[in-house]
Amino acid sequence: MASKVIQAFYNDDDILMLAVKKVKAAKHHIEEVYCPFPVHGLDKAMGLAPTRLAITSFLYGCIGLTIAIVMMNYIMIEDWPQDIGGKPSFSYLENMPSFVPIMFELTVFFAAHLMVITFYMRSKLWPFKQAENPDVRTTDDLFLMEIEIHDNEEELKSLLANTGAVEINISEK
Amino acid sequence: MYTFSNRLKIASLILMAVGAIGIAAGFISMPGTVKEAKDIVASHSDGHNNHNVATELHNAESHSATGHDSKHDEHLLHQLQNKPWSALYVAAFFFFMIALGVLAFYAIQRAAQAGWSPLLFRVMEGITAYIVPGGIIVFVILLASVAHMNHLFVWMDAEVVAHDKLLQGKAGYLNGTFFLIRAAIFLGGWILYRTVSRKLSLAQDKADDNKNFVKNFRWSAGFLVFYLVSESMMSWDWIMSVDPHWFSTLFGWYVFASMFVSGITVIAMITIYLKSKGYLEDVNDSHIHDLAKFMFGISIFWTYLWFAQFMLIWYANIPEEVTYFVTRIEDYNLPFFGMIVMNFVFPLLLLMNSDYKRINWFVIMTGIVILAGHYLDIFNMIMPATVGDQWSIGIPEISSILFFAGLFIFVVFRALTTAPLQPKRNPFIEESKHFHY
Repeated sequence: MASKVIQAFYNDDDILMLAVKKVKAAKHHIEEVYCPFPVHGLDKAMGLAPTRLAITSFLYGCIGLTIAIVMMNYIMIEDWPQDIGGKPSFSYLENMPSFVPIMFELTVFFAAHLMVITFYMRSKLWPFKQAENPDVRTTDDLFLMEIEIHDNEEELKSLLANTGAVEINISEK
Repeated sequence: MYTFSNRLKIASLILMAVGAIGIAAGFISMPGTVKEAKDIVASHSDGHNNHNVATELHNAESHSATGHDSKHDEHLLHQLQNKPWSALYVAAFFFFMIALGVLAFYAIQRAAQAGWSPLLFRVMEGITAYIVPGGIIVFVILLASVAHMNHLFVWMDAEVVAHDKLLQGKAGYLNGTFFLIRAAIFLGGWILYRTVSRKLSLAQDKADDNKNFVKNFRWSAGFLVFYLVSESMMSWDWIMSVDPHWFSTLFGWYVFASMFVSGITVIAMITIYLKSKGYLEDVNDSHIHDLAKFMFGISIFWTYLWFAQFMLIWYANIPEEVTYFVTRIEDYNLPFFGMIVMNFVFPLLLLMNSDYKRINWFVIMTGIVILAGHYLDIFNMIMPATVGDQWSIGIPEISSILFFAGLFIFVVFRALTTAPLQPKRNPFIEESKHFHY
């Protein structure tokens, strides 16, 4: 289904933020904003739901911690008991201090890597994927706000012109 | 301009008075003879653990004739005589280190030309005012140690050094005169920077250019170099040398982490207090959020250093090193592990959530636990060497905390009244006002 969208370009993140607030105040739905770099607070200004990535990251961290404990308990205590630091206790708990660095590292490893993979999947990004941004300049120095048009082209145009947009385009999607 | 409310002033004076009485009581009840010391120990353990008393009395009776036992009693007497001094020293150092930690934080903000924090500069300058009286008190206690009025530092005892090859080898560094000269240089340098920076900060408000600001930047950068070296040496001198056989190469960092997180916590607490009284209107939740992030981050940093120090020594298991932790785990089990819960687990769980860092009372509550935890940290650094297993948190310890808390509040809040709470002409003040995370 082809639909018309209006694309407003900005050359400064502060102007963009003000523009987003103005458009939201005029009760228009912002389809998407394309930025060359992350803009702090943009998600809140656009009214996006808070990200749940942090929760997944916490869960991944817990998985990493568990794997580290189970793995080292098997390797160092059960399968081939090691004499750690001249203290042949062969108990996981009593040797715990020497396992802490690995527990920490695997927690971070799992949390970081799985979080990035989750982020890519959630953002529908994968290798060789065609870029979705409508204008290549958004990867350089321009910010782009995209709003869907529902027979209010002129109204949107004048509104966006007042927000400090440096260029306004209409395009079919 | 901030006015020191009468209620707070009276509260601080009461704290000081009560604390002074308690400290005096601690010194008066200090045992003078071996017999008194033994009586104190017997009566103390009576309430706690009858079984222990029985065995201890039994031991005392059956061995009282032997020379080893009288040496042990002598040792006990010294430990109990050290108690009120150690309590005083730990509390004096703890509150002094808060001011020093804030001074370092302040210098970092200046040297980094941070945009978010200028609104808090006057709060930080108020806290660092305590560095002068606090530093002098610590110096006087160290002076008393060198003058043999107390026995906090065993290497100052010529009798002990005469029988100790290791201490003889360290005598070139660990001797009373050099010790005091170093202390004077450290304190002199810190107080000098505090005075100069404060003057430049006030002058900047009245100036019509940024010359004072730039000068302050240079002083701060220079101070940080001096501070990192002097703070590290200070921690060897004033703290690590109570266990003169033991050493740890990251001890300076460890003490730094402790003073840094305590200092930042106090900045947050005083800022929230002043805000609740209607001052500092431009300070918003984002500033508190940033301070809480630092509290969280530096708590983790402290734990990292604590663990790095512990794990290597535990793993290597070399007798002369590991004895440091054996004493702490056996005789100080609760404060030693309790401190890790208070300084690590507690802030980790409470301040992890981004939204909680913006809830002011939440930050205050976590801050109180962090401060108590870091008091315990200093307690665990000093007490095992000076009072051994005779430690307790009783009248001398609590009174010392009360006294120095009162003095701290009095000095800090009086310093806050001497200048407007908001710097006018700091070049970053607009950015700080609009700071939004």
